[in-house]
Amino acid sequence: MADDILFLTELLGLRVHDLKGRRLGFVKDAAIVPLIHPARVDRFLVGGGWSWLTVKHDQVRSISLDGIYLKDEQLTPYHSDEYMLRLVRDLLDQQIIDGAGRKVVRVTDVTFKIHHDQDGDVLNIIEVDIGLRSMFRRLMQGAMPRRLVRRIQTVIPPHSIRWEHCSILEADPQRRLRLNISNKILERMHPADLADIVEDLSPDDREAIFETMDSEVAADALSEVEPDIQASILESLEPEKAADIVEEMSPHEAADILAELEEQTSEDILDEMEQAPKTEVEELLEFREDSAGGLMNTEYVALPENISVAEAMEALKAHEEILETLNTLFLVDRDERLTASIPLARLFTAAGATPLKELGADTLIHVDVTEKQDRITELFDKYNLVTLPVVDGTGKLVGAITADEVISLLRQK
Amino acid sequence: MLKKFRYQIAIFLSVIGPGLITANVDNDSGGILTYSQAGAKYGYLPLWTLIPITLLLIVTQEMCSRMGAVTGKGLSDLIREEFGLRTTFFMMFALVLTNFTNVIAEFAGIATSLELFNISRYISVPICALAVWLLVVKGNYRSVEKIFLVACSLYITYIVSGILLKPDWKEAALYSVKPILMFDTDYITMLIAMVGTSIAPWMQFYLQSAIVEKGITTKEYVQSRVEVIVGCIMTDVVAFFIIVSCAGAIWAHGPKDIETAADAAKALMPFGKYASYLFSAGLFNASFFAACILPLSTVYTVCEGLGFESGVDKRWKEAPEFYWLYTLLVVLGAGVILWPNFPLIKMILWSQVLNGVLLPVVLIYMIMLINKKSLLKEWTNSRLYNAVAWIAVVIMIGLTLALAAITVKQITQPASADVPSSKPLADMQRNDAGRHSLKANVGESGAAHLAR
Repeated sequence: MADDILFLTELLGLRVHDLKGRRLGFVKDAAIVPLIHPARVDRFLVGGGWSWLTVKHDQVRSISLDGIYLKDEQLTPYHSDEYMLRLVRDLLDQQIIDGAGRKVVRVTDVTFKIHHDQDGDVLNIIEVDIGLRSMFRRLMQGAMPRRLVRRIQTVIPPHSIRWEHCSILEADPQRRLRLNISNKILERMHPADLADIVEDLSPDDREAIFETMDSEVAADALSEVEPDIQASILESLEPEKAADIVEEMSPHEAADILAELEEQTSEDILDEMEQAPKTEVEELLEFREDSAGGLMNTEYVALPENISVAEAMEALKAHEEILETLNTLFLVDRDERLTASIPLARLFTAAGATPLKELGADTLIHVDVTEKQDRITELFDKYNLVTLPVVDGTGKLVGAITADEVISLLRQK
Repeated sequence: MLKKFRYQIAIFLSVIGPGLITANVDNDSGGILTYSQAGAKYGYLPLWTLIPITLLLIVTQEMCSRMGAVTGKGLSDLIREEFGLRTTFFMMFALVLTNFTNVIAEFAGIATSLELFNISRYISVPICALAVWLLVVKGNYRSVEKIFLVACSLYITYIVSGILLKPDWKEAALYSVKPILMFDTDYITMLIAMVGTSIAPWMQFYLQSAIVEKGITTKEYVQSRVEVIVGCIMTDVVAFFIIVSCAGAIWAHGPKDIETAADAAKALMPFGKYASYLFSAGLFNASFFAACILPLSTVYTVCEGLGFESGVDKRWKEAPEFYWLYTLLVVLGAGVILWPNFPLIKMILWSQVLNGVLLPVVLIYMIMLINKKSLLKEWTNSRLYNAVAWIAVVIMIGLTLALAAITVKQITQPASADVPSSKPLADMQRNDAGRHSLKANVGESGAAHLAR
């Protein structure tokens, strides 16, 4: 193994020597200060007698398995500092998020690279170790010589995560700022992966992540989380932040989540919401959860029945944000009553001047808002639907149920 | 108001599961036979222990469920985070060893109960092991949980029997509150066995994990605590009726040691010729239930503590350590039963010693954890609660050390047929499941040890 590698378990207990080579004490912990440098060990905490001393990184001449030699003896007593991340106290044995593997893992060891600088040696964290190899190393440390442990461990395959892919968990929002913990790694993940991770965390950690994360990402992730955890997350947040997140969700999902909450909490959140999304959500909350009204989504595209294909295409271009999930267009008459539903793909093969009406399917399948969910799943199965329009008592289009909603429904059974 | 009330009920129903399951697994094969022996030999005398046992059980289980609800982490998670890898590793090692021997005892219970139906253990044990394995690995966890919960109701047979037998209720009530201490080795050993069978180390880990898995947080905690306490009481209500049934059906006709499963089945006499069927069904259920949960709980605990992926909702590839360890525990646990002339009794005895040694250690870690402000915030133990918990620990340590000492003495002293009176009850009924299954063909060593 390369000589410029050092593990945290090896660092602990290394002798620290002063200028004349006299022993000052042993390394007890090491700390990084993420605001200054994300990976460099900023200070070593050295304990010998009764109290601990702080050795700054620029006071070190050399670091090796034989010990740490200093070039400056002006050491200060250790005192706790909110800006530093102590590797043994805050990282070792704790859970972190592996951004590359997209899961929660537990830290068994930390790998450093020793940079031989002109002024002295510097340690940089390169990896966090989680596998059996690091477990062996840690259990054996102290029981046999460090170099022997290194030699034996090579038979076990390593399992490590690059430091830049690690996201540390810290439940205190203030300290998150001081430790410069960003949510970038999390925000780049697929919402479904992020949701899985969140489900594995403790309630405090969940709260901290949602409290500090971008509302839009938080909304996407939250809608993928299991219902009872969704509720507990929203309840733990400040109503204001919860409202920001709920506003970013589709009204239908927002209504589903709010229905899970205690009445008082959901009212608090609604009070903090903007008027427009609030009204929509409130309307949806009126419906029974197991009826078409409770299942439907109010984000759909309804066009006047008398326009042409070209005009429809034009209208869609103006609303690009909905295209990702759009597969069916609905036509409505002047009183907003549903008259036809058109698969989106038909538009591409039709001539531009064709009246949209002509593309409609022969049988128009739709349900009333009060329809029971069993009947709805039956319709989806029977007619191989992807989207099912929902109308009120007067035939007015009020929403649409999509296949993914039906899938979730069936999986819950 | 009504709405609020309905909401409360809804929450209560949604948190049902962990506490009740744990409490009922408590009455496993060892439990059933210990209580049967107590009633058959001493009648109503041992009933008084049930109240302190229930209290102890409530105190330990309440602490676990509180830690689970507040921190959202399992017990082994917390031990790892607060005390490091080495402590965790050795504790997990001891736990796996202890639980493995307990798994063997459960499969022994399965073998015995089905032998009453004349089913050979060479058929019953492999089939049941496979069933246990499939139920957990391939089954949907929620439906598994429901099966377990429904299975709990089989204990009602003892309650019905206890009532039909028309035991002496006045005496039963009196001895429920009147402590009787006799300085008789058998009696004291039996008391220790009764406490020991109720509170096992693995249960603390299981309960806390189950609470976390269920997603119970401080908000639903009050309801969850009710469930845990109800579960603890249920355990001991069943124990009460087992003792009363045995006292009424067996002890009343002359104190007697339970020597075979057929003896213990007499407690269900009011059911006539169905008694032995009901008894074996009950014993089978208890053993099978515990055989499902014990290995599962063990792997959950180990994987949590050592940082391996875990969970029955994960696929095999995602959590290989979890599934392999689980499979090994089930396969080896059942396999040992099939080994001809395997010294099962000694093995099971040693499992009790290990249980006893491990329990106080686990309890001490639990109390240290639950008093950490950084973890539990305002949910740490109150001073009074701590006092109760520490007293419980001291009692437990005292009892388990005594049990360990007696057991070690019994193991190291070769058993001889001429001192039957000092035969340890620990040996007799702590895990009689194993003993009965062995009786038929264990050969000289086991039989000599038990000869009466």
